[in-house]
Amino acid sequence: MTRQMLAILSMIMIPVALYCAFVYAPTEATMGQIQRIFYFHVPQAILSYTSAILLGLASLMYLIKGDLKWDRMAYCSAELGVLFTVTTLITGMIWAHPVWNTWWEFDARLTLELMLGLLFVGYHMLRAYLPERESRARLSTVFGFLALLDVPINYLSTYLWEQHHPRLYGPGGGGADPAINIALLVSTITFGILYAYLLTQRIAVARIEEEVEYLEQVVQV
Amino acid sequence: MKPVFAIVYKDIAIEFRNKESISSMFWFGLLVLVIFSFSFDSTEAEGIKPGILWVAFSFAGILGLNRSLSMESDNDCLQGLLLAPLDRGDLYLGKVAGNFAFTIVAEMIILPVFAVLQHLNFDLKLLWIVGITLLGTLGFVSIGTTLSMISAHTRMKEVILPILQIPMTLPVIISAVTATGMVLSTEPGAMAGISFPLSLLGVFSIVYLTASYLIFEHVVAE
Repeated sequence: MTRQMLAILSMIMIPVALYCAFVYAPTEATMGQIQRIFYFHVPQAILSYTSAILLGLASLMYLIKGDLKWDRMAYCSAELGVLFTVTTLITGMIWAHPVWNTWWEFDARLTLELMLGLLFVGYHMLRAYLPERESRARLSTVFGFLALLDVPINYLSTYLWEQHHPRLYGPGGGGADPAINIALLVSTITFGILYAYLLTQRIAVARIEEEVEYLEQVVQV
Repeated sequence: MKPVFAIVYKDIAIEFRNKESISSMFWFGLLVLVIFSFSFDSTEAEGIKPGILWVAFSFAGILGLNRSLSMESDNDCLQGLLLAPLDRGDLYLGKVAGNFAFTIVAEMIILPVFAVLQHLNFDLKLLWIVGITLLGTLGFVSIGTTLSMISAHTRMKEVILPILQIPMTLPVIISAVTATGMVLSTEPGAMAGISFPLSLLGVFSIVYLTASYLIFEHVVAE
């Protein structure tokens, strides 16, 4: 039921967010139309961090409780993590090429995003090489928890470099036009709902996959 | 602390007998240095020296961790260790201490070769690099020991370790390269900001030593 609600809600919200991003929000003065990618890039970046936090916390819960549902949540959020780090990096590059005149800079946030993507992929590779269900859950959750600890330290370490990434909000940020803020808020909420839908749907599929796997083993024996 | 020393003693005794770990790390690190020295003109590219050193150190370090992994997984030696009446955290600390000792010995042989190939003077700067190497290696090994034990359970042991290790130790490599760059820089006042990368290296080691110590029973549980 929740899943259907989330699906309907995201179906309604996506056209609204698209309208806000392409029509409602004013064209930025210096960058022009390319700036509109901001309404997709920022929510996706936020959701990639969310995936990392969910992966770490679900892993910790599995280590404490030993319930496989937490492991399922961990690897489903890691899968979405791969998706959202990749889309964040791609949308960022599409923006950076005309504005910075380069596809890539070794900047704090870019490196953090790349490292997050590598950690998510490493997590899935580790799972793929662990054949047994129980040890797969146990060892990959250990890795997931250690990966969560890595994120803040990595963010600090990249402060050793020059910063190129625009800083709109928070200390040192210039802020933005109210219409831009509203459009960003709407698209962040929309992506958030879509993320919740994808995660719950993926977890449901994962549960069925595990049942099938179990039944196959029983039949083979 | 006694079980920790017992494990370190065991690892050192094995290393003295077969001399596999340190020699393979040293030769591999040396080869990396030689390839880089051929590939780049070191008098022109001042900025890449710290990178060369840490590429050699991290690849050699991974080789050493792989060695320690296969040492335990061959003949089910790990099983024997787990049967011993010792705390899982102590087992972790013992393995870290052993890996740290071997890696440092190999790196201390690589370092003078690096100094010769890259035209460095044997002065106070090299001592600074020794300090950075000690801190960086501790961070590298503290997480690497846990990850090598994790990959010991997988089918493709030697392949999976670098895939897990490199992204995880990125903060160590970034901080160590930056600190080494500050030491080697000829500009006046370049050393002013060195405390930040050094403290990051310290924080990384403390966080991962503590987390792995607490979590290690899940890594080796059967």
